[in-house]
Order: sequence, then structure tokens, then C-alpha cells
Amino acid sequence: MRLRRVVQSDTFVGWAFASPAVILIVVFGIVPIIWSALLSLQRTNLLSPAEWVGLDNYRALPKDPFFRESLLHSAIYTALFVPLSVAGGLLAAIALNRRVHGIRWYRTAVFVPVVVSTIATAIIFLWVFDPNFGLANWILGKVGLGPFGFFESSNGALYSVVGMTVWGWIGFDVIVYLAALQGIPHELVEAAEIDGAGTWGIFRNVTIPLLGPVTLFLVVWSTINALQLFDEVYLATNGGPGTATYVPVFYLFKLAFQQGVAGYAAAIAYVLFAVILVLTVVQLLVGKRMVHYAA
Amino acid sequence: MSELPVIDVVTRPSETVAPETPAGRRSFLFSPWHLVLLPLAAVMVVPLVWMLVTSLQTLDETRHYPPSLVPSSLQFGNYTEVLQRAPFGRWFLNTVIVTVACVIGNLLFCSLAGYAFARIKFFGREVAFVLILATLMIPFQVIIIPTFLIVRSFHLIDTLGALILPNLAGAFGIFMLRQFFRTLPIELEEAARIDGASRLGILFKIVLPLSGPALATLAVITFMWTWNDFLWPLITIYSPDHMTLQLGLATFQGAHQTNTNLLMAANVMSMLPVLLLFFVAQRYFVRGIATTGIKG
Repeated sequence: MRLRRVVQSDTFVGWAFASPAVILIVVFGIVPIIWSALLSLQRTNLLSPAEWVGLDNYRALPKDPFFRESLLHSAIYTALFVPLSVAGGLLAAIALNRRVHGIRWYRTAVFVPVVVSTIATAIIFLWVFDPNFGLANWILGKVGLGPFGFFESSNGALYSVVGMTVWGWIGFDVIVYLAALQGIPHELVEAAEIDGAGTWGIFRNVTIPLLGPVTLFLVVWSTINALQLFDEVYLATNGGPGTATYVPVFYLFKLAFQQGVAGYAAAIAYVLFAVILVLTVVQLLVGKRMVHYAA
Repeated sequence: MSELPVIDVVTRPSETVAPETPAGRRSFLFSPWHLVLLPLAAVMVVPLVWMLVTSLQTLDETRHYPPSLVPSSLQFGNYTEVLQRAPFGRWFLNTVIVTVACVIGNLLFCSLAGYAFARIKFFGREVAFVLILATLMIPFQVIIIPTFLIVRSFHLIDTLGALILPNLAGAFGIFMLRQFFRTLPIELEEAARIDGASRLGILFKIVLPLSGPALATLAVITFMWTWNDFLWPLITIYSPDHMTLQLGLATFQGAHQTNTNLLMAANVMSMLPVLLLFFVAQRYFVRGIATTGIKG
């Protein structure tokens, strides 16, 4: 009788339901977070016994030219990728929100790259950006530009990565913006029309403020993803030419899994996390003020 | 991020991307917007079309400038040659196994946990839920080294288990389903409890049948995340027999950099399943994507 009562109690049933997922998340989420922090205080290659070095790994980071270069590239990449994909996504969503002939096809065309994997995207763009036989140089040549080296030029590789990833990601911003545009109540638009507002006035004073929260979400989200760039760099440039497209996650991967410098790599991971966290909090605080102000 | 429209998209089950313009306005054959939309669509589609065209060309045709946009003949043999040179069938099968396992795992475990967190008042619930939510904020790169060590201690490195086990349940799925379950009318569940139904019975016979759109969204998100994942397989899988499509594709690219036509054929094959699914279930993809960023 007593066993039966325990088995039917909310606490037993609740934990029975939650525990498979909770155990998985503790083992593969919570434990690694703590372990990673400990690793970052060690000198270890993951095979031989580790040695405690305190904050040495963190102290070494500012003096590491590769790390500094990775951060710089990441900053440039993020500063270009975020505005291009978010603003571009907004403009595309406004155009795709029109009820014109064939709009479904246009939407599908813009959505499709979102489901294309990062690796497939990189393979496509290695070919489109091929300096000798690629489509990009041919089209740019028609309007009197180029030829460019794209991924193979140390000046252009990072910008080529920006172009490629904006292509791959912009559909995501478009989908989010389209959903938001369609959520704008007709009454607001009609009220503004009755008050004599023109198309631009409605856009400026009704649409834009109402898109504030979504824009904030996209900016935060794109920034987080931009700082975690890896797949496309790994495949399209492998960090090169030279170190022209080294970014933190790529450097971290090389250190930990190719050179066996795991403790130092863990420190990089934590610094990257701190950067992401600080930027996110700042964006949310600034955004909250602006979004609130507009609404 | 509570003010974000994220969960909204999920909780409005019947909504699709529908035109917003006031009713009564007709669609015209030509509008100035076409001048914006056409170049936009072209930029998005042309790289994909060119990939397809290149995959049907001879190697000589790909080494031609200006680029030939129409193949002189259709070299379907490129596709069979790719299949002979690399175990794409095996990679496809591996990816299907891993993806199906992860989708089923997430649907099951996240439903169970999501329901417990939504409806059952149990000791330690709040603490456990906050811990789970905290993991949502941690970038994967931060935990990648210890996760590798944990998976290694389970002797799963270089097996499909390394790709499946850590991804059988996720904080996002639990959170999303919990939010969705809380929007369902509780009266049905209470009535069933009075009739003596067990929690498990309620979940499977009442709650889950009402949760189709949310479950479909979670399935699509998990599917895309798993199918397209690259960094984790790159670290945990070495032997060609255990690779996934994305990892196999990357190694194929490394080995056949100059065989552009074969490379493009391999690329087309790798994305065909996702594209087919996208066209069949575009609604759920769009909702899933609007719910969260899910590209690897």
C-alpha cells in the first residue's frame, strides 16, 4: 500500500517523467560547463595527466597573436554580417509581403537556402567564387569589376565569407520578419490611413516601431551566430589564406583537436562565451530602451 | 527575451504565412515590386541552379570560361560515379539513423519532461527547470571539449552513438513543449484524472493528440539541426563507414577538389532529402525556423 502511494505521488511521477531528459542534460550540458571551467585552469593535452596552472591560460591570451587576429576577424565579420542580414532581411520581407503574381515562388526561392547545410553552402560558393571559372567573376566582369580572388585572396577572403553566409542566413531573417509583418493589426494601418498618413508615414511610424522586438531578437541572434562562425570557414578557407580567416571557434578547434592544447582552448571558449554574454546583455538593454521608446 | 514573438509563432497552430494585404485587393500580373523580387530571387536561386547544371556537365565543360550555363549533354553518369567513389549510401543511411533516433528521442523525452514541468507539481521542479534553461544560453563551443571527453569515457567515439546519445533531449524542446502544454485547456486533463486516468495515459491520449503542430515544429527543428550538424561529427567520427552526409561531403570535397562536376553531383544528392522534405512540409519548416535559429 505504501509503495503504491509513493509511486502515485506527484513527486515520483514528476521525476519519472522528467528524469530521462534531465539526466541527459546534466551529463551532456551541466557537467561539461563546470568541467570546461576547470580545464581552462589546466595545462592538458587530454591524454597525459593535467597540470594546474591557475589563470595562466587567460593571461596568455592577450599576448597570443593568433587569438588577437581571430578576435579582430570575428569583430569585422560580425559588424558586417549582422547589419547586412538583418537589414537585408527586412527589405526582402517587405518586398515578399506584397500580394503580387507568383509571390509564393519568390518566397520559396528566398527560403530554400535556409535548409541548405553550411557545408553544402560552402561547396557551392567555392565554385561560384572560383577565381578562374566561377560565375561571380564572370557576372562582375560584365559590369566592369574584378576579377577577384575571393576565398583565395588574403584581402577578400573574409568578405567572401560574409557574402556566402548572408546568402545562407538571410532567409531566416525574412521568415521571422514576414511573420511579424503579418502580425501587424490592420486596424492600426487603417487608422493611420484615415489620419492621412502616406505609405512612407505608415511605414516609418507604424510598421518600424512594431517591428522593434523582432529586430532586437534578430540582432541578438545573428550576433551570437556570427561569433560562433566555424563550418563555412573550416570548409571554404580552412582559416586561410595564411591566417586571413582565423576566427575564435576555428582557432579553438585547431588547438584542442589538432594540436592537443585543450586547457588553453577551453580558456578561449570561456572568453568567447563572456564576449557573447556581454554583447547580448548590452544589446538587450539598449534594445529594450529603444524598443520601448518607439512603442 | 520574454517579449520576443518566439513562442507566439508556435501557439497559433493554424497560422501559415498568408498575405497581409487588405482583402479584396487582387494580385496583378505585373507590379513594380517584380523589379525588386526578381533580382532577389535570382541571387538566391542562381547558385543552386548552377550547382545542378555543373553536376550534369563533363569535367571539360566546367573548365571553361566564360562559364557554360547550359550543359551540352546531360552527364547523369556523374551521379553514379560519385556513388562508386564514395560510400554515399552508407553516409545517407548513417544520417537517417542518427536523425530518426534524435527526432524520436526529442519528441519522447521532451514531451515527458515538458509535461512534468507544465502540469505536475513535484519536489525540485523549479530548480531543475532553471538549470535546464541555463544550458540554453551556453554556446556549444564552450562545452565541446568536456563533452568529447565524456562521450569518450562511454567508449562511443567513432560510433553513431556519439552522435545520438548527447542529442536525445534538449533544453529547447523541453521549454517549447512546456510553454505549449500550458496553453491547452486544463479541464480536459482534470476530467480524465477524476475518471481515474494515469498521468501517462493523459499525456499520450489527451495532451499529445492536441499538440500536433508543436510536435511537428520540434521534429522539424531537430531534423534540420541533426541532419546538417557538422562540428560534432567532425570531432567524434574518424572512419568513413561511420560518417554522416555532411562529414562525408566535407571529406569528399577534400579528396575531389578539382572534379567540380562530381563534387556538385555529390552536393545535390546530399541536399535532396532536405529539399524534398522542405517542399512537402514547408509550413512546418517556416514555423520551425521562425521559432528559432536552427542552422548549425
